Amino acid sequence: MSKRIEASDLDIYYGKFRAVEQVNMTIEPRTVTALIGPSGCGKSTYLRSLNRMHEVIPGAYVEGKVVMDGEDLYGPGVDPVVVRRHIGMVFQRPNPFPTMSIYDNVIAGVKLNGGRLRKAALDEMVENTLRGANLWEEVKDRLGRPGSSLSGGQQQRLCIARAIATKPAVLLMDEPCSALDPISTLAIEDLMQQLKNDFTIVIVTHNMQQAARVSDKTGFFNIAGTGKPGKLIEFDDTSIIFGNPKEKATEDYVSGRFG
Amino acid sequence: MTQPAANSGSPSSGSPPGASQGGSSVTEPPNKYVRKKRSPVRLGDRIFSGAAVGAGILILVALAAVAVFLLIEGLPAFTADPSDLPGDQNFWSFVGPLLFGTVFAAVIALLIATPLSIGIALFISHYAPRRLAQGLGYLIDLLAAIPSVVYGLWGIFFLAPHAVPVFRWLEKYLGWLPFFDGPTSATGRTMLTAGLVLAVMILPIMTAVNREVFLQTPRLQEEASLALGATRYEMIRMTVLPFAQSGIVSSSMLGLGRALGETLAVAMVLSATDVVSFDVISSTNSSTIAANIALDFPESSGIRLNALIASGLVLFAVTFFVNYVARAIVNRRREFSGANA
Repeated sequence: MSKRIEASDLDIYYGKFRAVEQVNMTIEPRTVTALIGPSGCGKSTYLRSLNRMHEVIPGAYVEGKVVMDGEDLYGPGVDPVVVRRHIGMVFQRPNPFPTMSIYDNVIAGVKLNGGRLRKAALDEMVENTLRGANLWEEVKDRLGRPGSSLSGGQQQRLCIARAIATKPAVLLMDEPCSALDPISTLAIEDLMQQLKNDFTIVIVTHNMQQAARVSDKTGFFNIAGTGKPGKLIEFDDTSIIFGNPKEKATEDYVSGRFG
Repeated sequence: MTQPAANSGSPSSGSPPGASQGGSSVTEPPNKYVRKKRSPVRLGDRIFSGAAVGAGILILVALAAVAVFLLIEGLPAFTADPSDLPGDQNFWSFVGPLLFGTVFAAVIALLIATPLSIGIALFISHYAPRRLAQGLGYLIDLLAAIPSVVYGLWGIFFLAPHAVPVFRWLEKYLGWLPFFDGPTSATGRTMLTAGLVLAVMILPIMTAVNREVFLQTPRLQEEASLALGATRYEMIRMTVLPFAQSGIVSSSMLGLGRALGETLAVAMVLSATDVVSFDVISSTNSSTIAANIALDFPESSGIRLNALIASGLVLFAVTFFVNYVARAIVNRRREFSGANA
């Protein structure tokens, strides 16, 4: 289920502008990999390139390879739609579909995949998924209510449920807690520890304590200056990045002496 | 905690928590945020709120004035002697076919224009390359600038003759439907032609509204569905259309309102008789209220004029009703509205 992703010599472009250059990173299955770095350093761009979501912006493309399961995600004939069905994503702000009920939000991805389950099977899937997202107890009595009736933290867990309902191999999280209060953040962090048994998790975060708490591996991105491409400076075990990094820039950043 | 300055603003600062509750013993310094003079509200605020309230009231006044006029001038027709009214019949059998024709023509126009405007708007907002989309947008807006008399001319001299072969085909192959019963009109100036002209006329406003609503779909919602592995069409079905639901209803009501009230183009295109007929391709068609008023107005006087004005009152009421229904539809699923995103 959980799969390894390898990016090699990856350059990411928006039109003529090279946003990220030369990323080489192997993301191991059953781990949480955190991406940290200052704003605009390309960590979100890199994250979105892993499921080809950056291509939503016209003119975006990559050079290099992203290999999952022996297959190049950017190989000829590869359909980004299929890639995204195998690599789920959770966004910065909770974005449940406001026009759908909680129940329909959970099964939204499954329906897209053409899964025609019977009602009983769907019900069971919804319950299991919501339990998996630590949300079942809070919403089991109001599955027919709109997703937007939940609190922010609950909405974000609903979005996680929606993403994992299709059983993706990898779960990408783009600052999933930045719009949440500390208690909701804790709930999501606990959930990540639980989810990493089944999914490869990659998380972008601005919160270094969070990266230190939740991740097994950490990658530090940086830019030389505005208009320059972002670069992966260092990628190693989280304990090394935060304890004894090899690069001076990493040490400065994680100790708050940046800039 | 730092030592408070002697004239510090808040009485509680510096005192232990809780003590501030029994503040009666402390002489409170005047709150510096209270305005000194009891001056009236700021001038700019007053002007602005006055203008806003005035504009709101003006709408109500205009509406009420029209309604009062229609009521006063139209009332005599309701009770008038049938022999004085057009066609020697009582008011309701006079206005009935007209009302039917009005609604029928407007519904035909709406049936054609709604899917078309949604399609065009989606193309502009989500499919076309940006430059093409802009050009197309301007072109559609230009359609709205064409005067309705020009549409009428176009309907008579271009659309109607060219529609006749199509009507013949409809009669031949779909003649079992009451709508295409025939016999086909030789001039092509039928209900369907009028509906088509109306559809083209209401297309710009509907497309413009739909396009704006589609463009307002939150990007986060679109990305959510794309990240689940939705194709562009699935993304539109999952996020854009549900989000735009109430906007589409609104645009349709705008279009319907215009189609119900459109006068000149229908008066020119439709060759009308005093009947109720569902046949949209034959030469016997119901007229519409507005077109009938325009056509009969020059020859009417006295109680017949009152009857025309009363038919206007009926149109007014129908339009009101349509808008009310539209609001009800929009409100029914308010909780699930995209506005909660």
